[in-house]
Amino acid sequence: MDGVTTMGDDSWEVAGRSFRSRLVVGTGRYKSLEETAAAIEASGAEMVTVAVRRVNLSDPAAPMLQDFVPPDRYTYLPNTAGCHTAKDAVRTLRLAREAGGWNLVKLEVLGPPPFLYPDMPATFEAAEALIKDGFQVMVYCADDPLAAKRLEEMGCVAVMPLGAPIGSGLGLSNPFMLRSIIENAGVPVLVDAGIGTASEAAQAMELGCDAVLLNSAIAHAKDPVRMARAMKAGVEAGRHAHLAGRMPRNYAADASSPMAGLIR
Amino acid sequence: MAGFTEAPLQAGVRACHIRQAMPGPIDITVNGEARSLPAPLPLSDFLAGAGLDTRKVAVERNEEIVPRSAYATTLLQPGDQLEIVHFIGGG
Repeated sequence: MDGVTTMGDDSWEVAGRSFRSRLVVGTGRYKSLEETAAAIEASGAEMVTVAVRRVNLSDPAAPMLQDFVPPDRYTYLPNTAGCHTAKDAVRTLRLAREAGGWNLVKLEVLGPPPFLYPDMPATFEAAEALIKDGFQVMVYCADDPLAAKRLEEMGCVAVMPLGAPIGSGLGLSNPFMLRSIIENAGVPVLVDAGIGTASEAAQAMELGCDAVLLNSAIAHAKDPVRMARAMKAGVEAGRHAHLAGRMPRNYAADASSPMAGLIR
Repeated sequence: MAGFTEAPLQAGVRACHIRQAMPGPIDITVNGEARSLPAPLPLSDFLAGAGLDTRKVAVERNEEIVPRSAYATTLLQPGDQLEIVHFIGGG
């Protein structure tokens, strides 16, 4: 060791599974399944979110996501994107469990456009039903410390407050609330949604969250594979900075060069 | 529909009973679309006829999950509503 802390021994755990990468990525919005695979590979992610949708019966032989993003290599985290009621979310994840055979899931119950803000009453209702049914629930939630704590107490295995609305790329709109959630949490906290570029992923990690979850920031970049690399580096930089501990903010100058020996 | 013309029935007494009670084609709904089957048939036959890889899909029948192990013994009935899903890219 040369005094530099490596990332190698800095893993995080959720629901008894250990991950080295602190970047969780979505698999949506890419131009092709080939681009999806290349960007995810470049991101270094070990866990990916996936959606559950009707099969296209008129083209049953169409290439499937699993052929490009193999579930034996990446931990699939089925989501409930598009669900606006607790019932739809629970139905969707029961189907996902049957399709995939695993019970670690991402719950999101969304309010109406244009914000798709988490519908917390419906989220509580769905989380309760899913936990009762044996699911391990990572839950998308409002940036509300009380809501996040309540989800944790219900038995959710991770809480995932939004940085900003889904797909908005606005970054962290309320870092103070995110910090409050992180400081009070007894389960992993992932900042989910809203991150637009690598510095914002780093900022989320600097706040002390366990991982970040993003999709559009990579998929909608002009060069998704390069942005995936940037996000990987940003998350690692933010994690290092968090562990290193930032210097205090001074509202006055404090010169770095010694005053002693100054020529007269 | 190709693949459904033979409608093999292996579900034994129950299947025969249903065939006697309701001979001929049945109408079901699959992923929101109306479908006509020549006769009640096991879900496994329907999926095979549709060309689907059962390792990559999940099926809900009338809002109840059908476990993969029950595909062969689940006989589709008139009016059944099927949802057949798989994983796609999502965030």
